[in-house]
Parts: sequence; structure tokens; C-alpha cells
Amino acid sequence: MNGARKVLIDPLVDNNPITLQMLGICSALAVTTSLLPALLMCLALTSVAALSGAAISALRHRIPNNIRIIVHMTIIASLVILVDQLLKAYAFETSKQLSVFVGLIITNCIVLGRAEAFAMKNGVVMSFLDGLGNGLGYSVILIAVATLRELFGAGTLLGYPVLDLVSNGGWYEANGLMLLPPSAFFIIGLLIWGIRTWRTQQVEKPDYQIHEVHRTEVY
Amino acid sequence: MPDKKNFDRDSISNTLLVAIGLSLVCSVIVSSAAIVLKPVQEKNEEEFRQQIILDVAGLMQPGGNTEELFAAIEPRMVDLESGEYTEEVDAATFDALLAAGDPQLGIAIPSDKDIAGIGRRAKYAAVYIVRDGAKIDQVILPVYGKGLWSTMLGYLSLAPDGNTIKGLRFYAHAETPGLGDQIDKEPWRAQWAGKLVYDGGDEPQIRVIKGVVPAAAPDARYMIDGLSGATLTANGVTGLVQYWTGPHGFGPYLKKFRQTETS
Repeated sequence: MNGARKVLIDPLVDNNPITLQMLGICSALAVTTSLLPALLMCLALTSVAALSGAAISALRHRIPNNIRIIVHMTIIASLVILVDQLLKAYAFETSKQLSVFVGLIITNCIVLGRAEAFAMKNGVVMSFLDGLGNGLGYSVILIAVATLRELFGAGTLLGYPVLDLVSNGGWYEANGLMLLPPSAFFIIGLLIWGIRTWRTQQVEKPDYQIHEVHRTEVY
Repeated sequence: MPDKKNFDRDSISNTLLVAIGLSLVCSVIVSSAAIVLKPVQEKNEEEFRQQIILDVAGLMQPGGNTEELFAAIEPRMVDLESGEYTEEVDAATFDALLAAGDPQLGIAIPSDKDIAGIGRRAKYAAVYIVRDGAKIDQVILPVYGKGLWSTMLGYLSLAPDGNTIKGLRFYAHAETPGLGDQIDKEPWRAQWAGKLVYDGGDEPQIRVIKGVVPAAAPDARYMIDGLSGATLTANGVTGLVQYWTGPHGFGPYLKKFRQTETS
């Protein structure tokens, strides 16, 4: 049971797909201008990651090595289409805002990475939990970024006014930069900085060392 | 369960089995989801189309009931060639794209006139009239044409002079996300309000140009800023607006509309 707990909890902070593995950044920039689409995107990605992990794990002894990536893609793509159809039916307006990004879950490195690295080698339940954990790890960051961007960019949360905007006679001047993609880079960067200050074991060793050279060593 | 000792998962037979089996299972799942959810999705699409009509008319209220608001708009069928209203077909059930392909209801567009790139169009079209008391406040025309990847379907709203644009919005297209899809995003779509279609004649002058419209240009009211990175989509928008406001589109109808409204 300890193993299951670790598989589920680890990706939240200690092995977070966005802040440590640097995967899934593209959609993290694109769908986080407001909280509602970000929440739906999290739900979509988490369910695809968990279900594809379980499905691939169930077939792992059967899947031929030379077509395994295609098999993964087929399973993931089918799940993504399923999720996309469901969103179009039951969350139509938000699905318009998400536009291509639900479809792009197919190419999301987190989903394919977990399929290849974990689900091909582990049992069905563990793979499901691993997908769920990684999806939640992605969600934690997306929700944090989207909350900051919507709050400071538009003064609202989930569309409800929180900060009184100057344009409505309040005191808060909306920060337009927050609604543009670069702000997500800044926020994710600051989050990574924060997490690595808190969990110092995540700090990577420098790729090279700056080395003081004595003149005599060169010649 | 395959016999683990003798089972070779990389064999050609297993590869084919997995490939075919998986494709079958996945296609059944995907297609049944599409079929089961289709009625709900179509209802959403229809409601969205009505919302766009309300929005282009400036009647959309936040939290308003689309169906109730839409009931205030009067749909009328127009015979495009004569420009007269007609009762031949029912506006509520009329589908312009379906009718365009029908040998009875549709006609082929001569290729030199087909600037919207649609090949055929219906003989009739549904227009939506918005009244302010007894007076006509605006008329909303359905417009569509080819962009870069897709057929772009939208609505163009004109003031009672049949010339001043009140707005242009698209409810369905599949143009490049981030580039061509700006056609239905602020601030680009906001530029259309206040522009003019005709310069006295019957040929529409309104067009999307390359680059930014110079404010000092004498014909600035007939021009819309280009979309950088989406020239073909922008050309498609020019084509479809000019086609549908032109002599082969709503031209005859708008001419009559202007005469009755200004007299």
C-alpha cells in the first residue's frame, strides 16, 4: 500500500511533471488564462492519463515491441476523442475556449511518457494510480497558474468578481500581461524557484563547472 | 491468457492481431461515443448559432435565455435572385448548406463570380430582422465561404441604410488556432462596426487589406486591418463578405431594402 501511496503522491511535488520534468508546458501556457478552462483541461488530462495507463498496462504482455508506440498513441487518441466529444456535449462553451488543446493531449509528453516509462512495466492498478498522480501533479500547477492569472489579469475567479476593477469603479487596475502567454512562463519559473528552495534535493547539479585557470596550466 | 513460455509477442501473427484488434475496439468506442452524443452536441451548436446572431445584433445579455431573446428576432426567407421576401420555404427549418447541394433548391455559382469559393448556393436565404418598435433596427445576413482550411460560417449585421456594418461574427470555422481564428476574436472583429459596404455603386468595396488601415486614407471606412500570419483566411473573409453583399448574393435584396427603408 505504501508503494501505491508513493506512486500517487510523488508526482504532486517531489516528481512533478511540469516543475521537475518540464513536460506539458505548452498547454500550461495556453489554457491558464482563466480558471474554468484550466480545471476542465486538468480533468481531461488526468482522466486520459489514468485510463490510458490502465489500458496499456492491461495489454502490456501482448503489445509487440515494434509497434508499441503506435499502440499507445491509438489508445491515447481514442480516449482523447472520447473526452473531447463529452466536453462538446456537456461543457460546450468551455470546450470552445480549449479549442485544439484537448486534442493536443494526444501529444502531451506526460501521457505518452507515463505510458512508456511506467505502464509498460507495472500492474493495472499501479499504472492507473501513476496516471492519476501525474495528472494531479499537472493539475496542481495548472490550477495555481490559472488562479494567479485570472485573479490578477481579470480580477475574477471562475468568472466571479473578486478584486474591484478600476473600470468598474473599484481600486484594482487589471494587469493585462497576466492574460498573455509570457506571464505563465514567469509564474511557472517562480513556482519552480519556490519549490526548489523548499525541496533542495530538486536542485540540479550544474552541467559544467566554471574553473579558475592559472596561466601556467594553459601554456 | 497466452502460454507464457511459447508465446512470442513480437511474432508477425501477434503484431497483426494486436494491431487489428486494437483498431477495431478503439474505432467502435470512438464512433459509438460520436453517435450517442451527437444530438446533445447539435443542440449546443444550434444554441451557439442563435447566440452569435444575438451577439452580432448586440442583443445578447449576460445570463439571458437564448431562446427567449431569439424569439424577438424575426426570421424571413429571401429569394436571392429577385431580392423579394418569399414564403416558399420555412425559415425555421431551412438549412442553407443542405439546400445548396439540392438540385431543386440550389444553383451553381459561375466560377468567375464565386469569390467566396463555395461552388453552389441555395436559391433562398434566411435573413434575421431586428426591430426597434415598428422601425427596422438592423438586418442580419448569413454569410459563408472558404478560408484557408475550412468553410467559415458567420453572420453580418447591417444598419437600416443597408450599407453600414454593425458587426460580423463567425459561429463555425476551423482556421489555424492563434492565427486565422482571430477572425472571431476581439479586437479584430470589433473593427467591423461602423465600416461601409458600398461606395455608391452595387459592387461591395469592403475588404480586408494587408497591414494596418491608414487612418488618413480617404477610403479607410471600406478597409479592415489584415491578420498577420493569416493572409489566406483574411482573403477568405473578404471574398465571402463581398460575395454575399455583391450582385450574386444579397445585392438585389439589399438594394430593395435600402429603397424601402430610406423612402
